[in-house]
Amino acid sequence: MSKFVKVSLVLAIAALVTVAAGVAAIRSTAASDTLVFGAAADPVIIDGALVSDGESLRVIDQIFEGLVGLKPGTTVIVPKLATSYAASKNGLAWTFKLRKGVKFQDGTPFNGQAVCANFDRWYSFPGPLQDQAVTYYWNTVFGGFKHPATGNPGPDKSLYKGCKALGQYTARIILSRRSSSFLGALALTNFGIASPTALKKYQADAGTVDSDGVFHPTGTFGTQNPIGTGPYKLKSWKVGDKLEIDANPTYWGAKAKLKRIIFRPIADNAARLQALQTGEIQGYDLVAPQDIATIKNSGKLKALDRPAFNVGYVGINQAIPPMNNLLVRQALAYGLDRKSVVDSFYAGRGQVADQFLPPLVVGFAKKGVPQYTFNPEKSIALLKQAGLTPPVKIEFWYPTSVSRPYMPDPSRNFQAFSASLSKAGFQVVPRSAPWRPDYLGATQSGKAQVFLLGWTGDFGDPANFLNVHFGSKTDQFGFDNPKLFDLLTRADSETNIAKRTALYQQASIQVMKFLPVVPYVHSKPALAFQKNVQGYAPSPVSLESFATVSYSS
Amino acid sequence: MLRFIIRRLFLLVPILVGLSILIFLWIRALPGSPAQALLGERATPAAITQIRHQYGLDKPLYVQYLRYVDTTAHGNFGTSIVSRRPVTTELRERFPATVELSVAAMLFAMSLGIPLGFLAAKRYGTIFDHVSLVGSLIGVSTPIFFLALVLKYVFAVRLGWLPSIGRQDVLLDASHPTNFYVLDGLVTGNWSAAWDATKHLILPAIALGSIPLAIIARSTRAAALDVQNEDYVRTARAKGLPPRTVDSRHIFRNAMLPVSTIIGLQTGLLLSGAVLTETVFALPGIGSWLANAIFNRDYPVIQGGILFTALVFVFVNLLVDISYGIINPRIRLS
Repeated sequence: MSKFVKVSLVLAIAALVTVAAGVAAIRSTAASDTLVFGAAADPVIIDGALVSDGESLRVIDQIFEGLVGLKPGTTVIVPKLATSYAASKNGLAWTFKLRKGVKFQDGTPFNGQAVCANFDRWYSFPGPLQDQAVTYYWNTVFGGFKHPATGNPGPDKSLYKGCKALGQYTARIILSRRSSSFLGALALTNFGIASPTALKKYQADAGTVDSDGVFHPTGTFGTQNPIGTGPYKLKSWKVGDKLEIDANPTYWGAKAKLKRIIFRPIADNAARLQALQTGEIQGYDLVAPQDIATIKNSGKLKALDRPAFNVGYVGINQAIPPMNNLLVRQALAYGLDRKSVVDSFYAGRGQVADQFLPPLVVGFAKKGVPQYTFNPEKSIALLKQAGLTPPVKIEFWYPTSVSRPYMPDPSRNFQAFSASLSKAGFQVVPRSAPWRPDYLGATQSGKAQVFLLGWTGDFGDPANFLNVHFGSKTDQFGFDNPKLFDLLTRADSETNIAKRTALYQQASIQVMKFLPVVPYVHSKPALAFQKNVQGYAPSPVSLESFATVSYSS
Repeated sequence: MLRFIIRRLFLLVPILVGLSILIFLWIRALPGSPAQALLGERATPAAITQIRHQYGLDKPLYVQYLRYVDTTAHGNFGTSIVSRRPVTTELRERFPATVELSVAAMLFAMSLGIPLGFLAAKRYGTIFDHVSLVGSLIGVSTPIFFLALVLKYVFAVRLGWLPSIGRQDVLLDASHPTNFYVLDGLVTGNWSAAWDATKHLILPAIALGSIPLAIIARSTRAAALDVQNEDYVRTARAKGLPPRTVDSRHIFRNAMLPVSTIIGLQTGLLLSGAVLTETVFALPGIGSWLANAIFNRDYPVIQGGILFTALVFVFVNLLVDISYGIINPRIRLS
């Protein structure tokens, strides 16, 4: 044998042996004052106003705080940087009493001027930042800009009109029309208050638009110097590798229990699970349904449920007959075996929906909701009552190449629904299309007669579910119901919380009587942690603070 | 030699122009758009129109192409639609991870593949030969992601010997002047960082190197079998040279000629395997970056990333051709 061959073979074997023997017991374990969390991706930028993705918001939520927040694990609004708030009688002016003695992480005092500086910044965003893909939440909640770029909404469309600092510790926000959902929206991480000094110093809105039209920030506020009032502050961020936040020693409230949180981007689901099993991370989000059993069967790991904040529904387009007939829609509702779909395809993480609003959202109706339990005979009878001869032909659309929290496998949902409908007097013509852009295009433009779709809430307010879908005429659902539109408008503009809740409960029942959709599932996403991680409170809207989390190694 | 290199470099121009047109048309032929990818269910027709207009996607294709060529010619690959960072910055940060991984995978494949192939040829027809044949077939036919998951399960999850993700332990404080983590550790004298980075490379390198290992072993075996029946080998043996000298000077050296070409080609191909390996091992390299970009329809990243990767591929091939000329002086690179 040649000497070279011998030497290299010996070297290779030696290398393998060294690896096997030498690296034993290198299991990486974090110190008990540091927690490593597996994120699905890097944040886009650490500036709440400019993002809408969950990974950015997860980090931003630790550094910034809003005027109001949510009680952990719920969608109930509680004071945060504001200690109290009240709307004027006409509902157009909201006065916030601000918390005293709060300082931003750069030492700038928190006061009325700081609040108004932030609102004015959002309202005055330059053209490239008015893009829906950048400022989605300002666009959705407030809807207009002070100096709109061509084609963008202007002050006439804006819910926000102005902000006044009344002394040091009071701020008044003026709206152009009555809206109470705006308070729920203010609890969003996107509207966290940033240090006005840092916004200016680190040029938060500076940037260039390249030849592709993409905005490229040139300031360092959102990448290196995001300064808020939160329990953590940014230590370092190396894209693709890790983002570290350290406890804020000058935090006004209860100090964070852990000294440091490290977010590691791990895109692959299986890789996140394995990293949790090895101890390289102590927790991760977006657990795949098929991994829950592995986690639960492990002695060292645990799965936490995030309360359902989504709805999967069978949409109905009333512009395409015979769907304009309520009896046919009722027949469809009775013909969908919703329970067996939820029991079979959601790995125990779904609950059958009897209305559009998830149970935790204000306005969820506890009684009076019409129930449509699977009943093929009743369905056939209703079709006959409508003057039709079963089987009634319908085009049923479902998306391909997609998995959403509310429908992990749309084709299986479709097959099961199709089978149950064929027993209930319908003849289903299957129609499928790739999720983007064909499927969404077909449903939004009103081409689809009956279709599978769903919604995950942006914020904890019923308006974000009911008004978004049924508040006005759309091509997607093809109906015109002024009574329902009016009820939803009244509910959204009601500032008295008890009255507002009652109106939304009424609206939720009305929707189920009118049946523009047949909701069938609210699914609960899961997070996974090492068993020795305590104090993490999953929130339906993913507003989760790491400040209460502790970890024993 | 110089003329050969210059000619090959000139050949790059039509290759890159053709490639740029192909990539440009291909990504625009994909269903979906950046707007749809960014907004999902919330992509209303109005928002899509607005974003298409903003990114100039509503302009005629040739206008878009000319603009793309113009900026690319100035060494600017644009800005990522998703991360809003310059593509060149991201390339600079991610390229070292892929190079490090590819080099480690190739070292693994060569250090095992060449001796195994050579031994199989020397023991032609024996059990060792058959086992190595079956082994290399398994190596070629096992999907990288599957092998990666099995390796991680055994060595990281069950045994706890090696890390399962990333390039370095996140709790380790290390500076990275070059972004080649092993090298950085050595340069800065931080031995524990260099060792830690090496440990992070072992499993990905084995996963990525498995296919080249099998191919190199097979081609070494075939080449060695060919060469050992040549007249000059018989002559060498007849004149009484010790078997070791015949093996190393006459058989091994000549068998390495075709193998060196295979190694070069495999090095280029490693980039495609890196997409899967980097995703499964959460390595921030070019492969996982491109895979995400395609998923998000991040046009500037796809265009810049693929063009850059193609450049690297062509460059590696050029190096192979040049090295071939050096190893075998009989070949004239005219």
